[in-house]
Amino acid sequence: MQAFLQILVFVITTFIGYKVIKNVPSLLHTPLMSGMNALSGITVLGALVSTAAAVGTGSKILGVVAIIFAMINVVGGFCVTDRMLKMFKTQSEVKGK
Amino acid sequence: MSVTLYYILGLILVFGIIWGIRLMNSPKTAARGNLLGAVSLMGTVLLTLYKNEILGSSLLWVSMILGSIIGYYIAVKVTMLKMPQMIALLNGLGGGASGLVAIMILTGSQGDVDLFNRGAAVLAMLVGWITFSGSMIAAAKLAQKLSQRPTHLKGHSVILNVTSVFICMLIVLLLMGSTAGSFGSSLFLSLLMLVASLFWGVIFTIRVGGADMPITISLLNSLSGLAGAIAGFAIYDPILVAVGGIVGAAGLILTQVMCKAMNRSLMNVLTGKTAVASNKHTTSGHTVNSGKADVLVKANISVKADASAGQGKQEHSGSGKQQVVETVKEAATVIEAPVKLVNKEDESVRLKRIVEEAGSVIIVPGYGMALAQAQYQVKSLYEMLMEKGKDVKFAIHPVAGRMPGHMNVLLAEVDIPYDKLYELDDINEEFSNTDLVIVIGANDVINPAANTAEDTPIYGMPILQVDQAKNIIIFNWDTKPGYSGVPNTIYELDKVILRLGDAKETLKAII
Repeated sequence: MQAFLQILVFVITTFIGYKVIKNVPSLLHTPLMSGMNALSGITVLGALVSTAAAVGTGSKILGVVAIIFAMINVVGGFCVTDRMLKMFKTQSEVKGK
Repeated sequence: MSVTLYYILGLILVFGIIWGIRLMNSPKTAARGNLLGAVSLMGTVLLTLYKNEILGSSLLWVSMILGSIIGYYIAVKVTMLKMPQMIALLNGLGGGASGLVAIMILTGSQGDVDLFNRGAAVLAMLVGWITFSGSMIAAAKLAQKLSQRPTHLKGHSVILNVTSVFICMLIVLLLMGSTAGSFGSSLFLSLLMLVASLFWGVIFTIRVGGADMPITISLLNSLSGLAGAIAGFAIYDPILVAVGGIVGAAGLILTQVMCKAMNRSLMNVLTGKTAVASNKHTTSGHTVNSGKADVLVKANISVKADASAGQGKQEHSGSGKQQVVETVKEAATVIEAPVKLVNKEDESVRLKRIVEEAGSVIIVPGYGMALAQAQYQVKSLYEMLMEKGKDVKFAIHPVAGRMPGHMNVLLAEVDIPYDKLYELDDINEEFSNTDLVIVIGANDVINPAANTAEDTPIYGMPILQVDQAKNIIIFNWDTKPGYSGVPNTIYELDKVILRLGDAKETLKAII
């Protein structure tokens, strides 16, 4: 049952994601990609839970590395996206500067 | 915390992320959307920590803060030019993190894992580590630490297939391990799986070439999301599954868009088909090349142009003598044009006159602009043209550059208003009514051969109809064929003026 529900969640969100993302203009495809890239760092959730549950030192070290990787992905990704998006200006905004 | 509350909060946060993406539909709201996404993601972290009662674990916090600092540091430092490899690198880290989580689950630190969890963990490991190694290779290629040309090993497909079979065997063994279940054997199998996945990722990515990178990055992006979602299956984390699914879909869309813009199938790109075609070309046609050498010496032209003329010819030499003769003539005109321009003063006067007389101008940037870092010169050019009251537009091909939307970011960085940047479909009809097109470092995306040359890799690819404009000035490094290996027939048109060399310098002629 759990498994079925999880798959259902996956299918629904993939579908919604597909619909919403389809509307992003190609002008913003780079920031979109880097934003989605940042989101893929969501795997930090798994890393956190697994690390907390880890017993052996080896597992804990793996977990810490996983958390660090994922957070670099998240924070780096969002910051880079933010930097890019702030560069996009209209003609009047450019002149007003 | 009650399960219901957890689900409700989780749903709100996932909705926040989706809403954030929705705001990315317009450049006006996109930055806010990104922020909303970031805040929602932080929310999911806190929610997960709280739900599992591990909010107070200092180990977790220290790791997170350390990762955040590194991430922030490199994000602030990176230049826009290095953005493609930066994104590939970050993407790889995300995949690696999913892969690590999978190892932890498989080596049994979790306690109660059923077959579904275990199967998911095995898959997450596979996809995660493929994403990791594939992204690292892509990043190295984009940073030009590895050759941008596709690398074909001896028996490439065989190696790939053998590795695939080996991976399938490992998957079966790891799944059977769920009943046998000793830590030692799981660890050993996991390590084998890790190595095999990494290897597969490398072999897979290494034969994709530079100009196909937009597709590869998009695909790897999709995979990193998928890896996250599968890791979510392994630990029954609905938020992870949901967000991973969204990312997977995003990458898939971008991959689709890119493939369509090149009129190529995904399989075609991934197996490095372009390379096969161009390799064939470089082996033939050497005799013609040497015959041309003395003409080039007389013309007192640089070695660079020499090489380009040679390449331009090699393309055709396979298809009969008639064509060889023709191409020799073509190559000669191609070579003479820049020589005249460089040496004679009246040509630069003519350039200025053409620019002066043009009422409407379309600027077409390509990857060459990024390589030459000529965007600031392009900005000066744009301002100069605007001051003279001309109608200036930019035409952006979807696959120009090395990642989706690459040109837009570079131009936005130098404050060119985004309402001047037009997509292929929006501007293509305007070329025929345009007085002047200025091409800066673009090649394959303006090559009219895409409409006619049936046996070439770019045949059928939608191109910018630059050849229909009244006047065309091209600022390219040389006249070599672009990444596709197909000679650009636009160089042969009479209305084309070629200025070869570093666009940063050559552009000064008209600014």
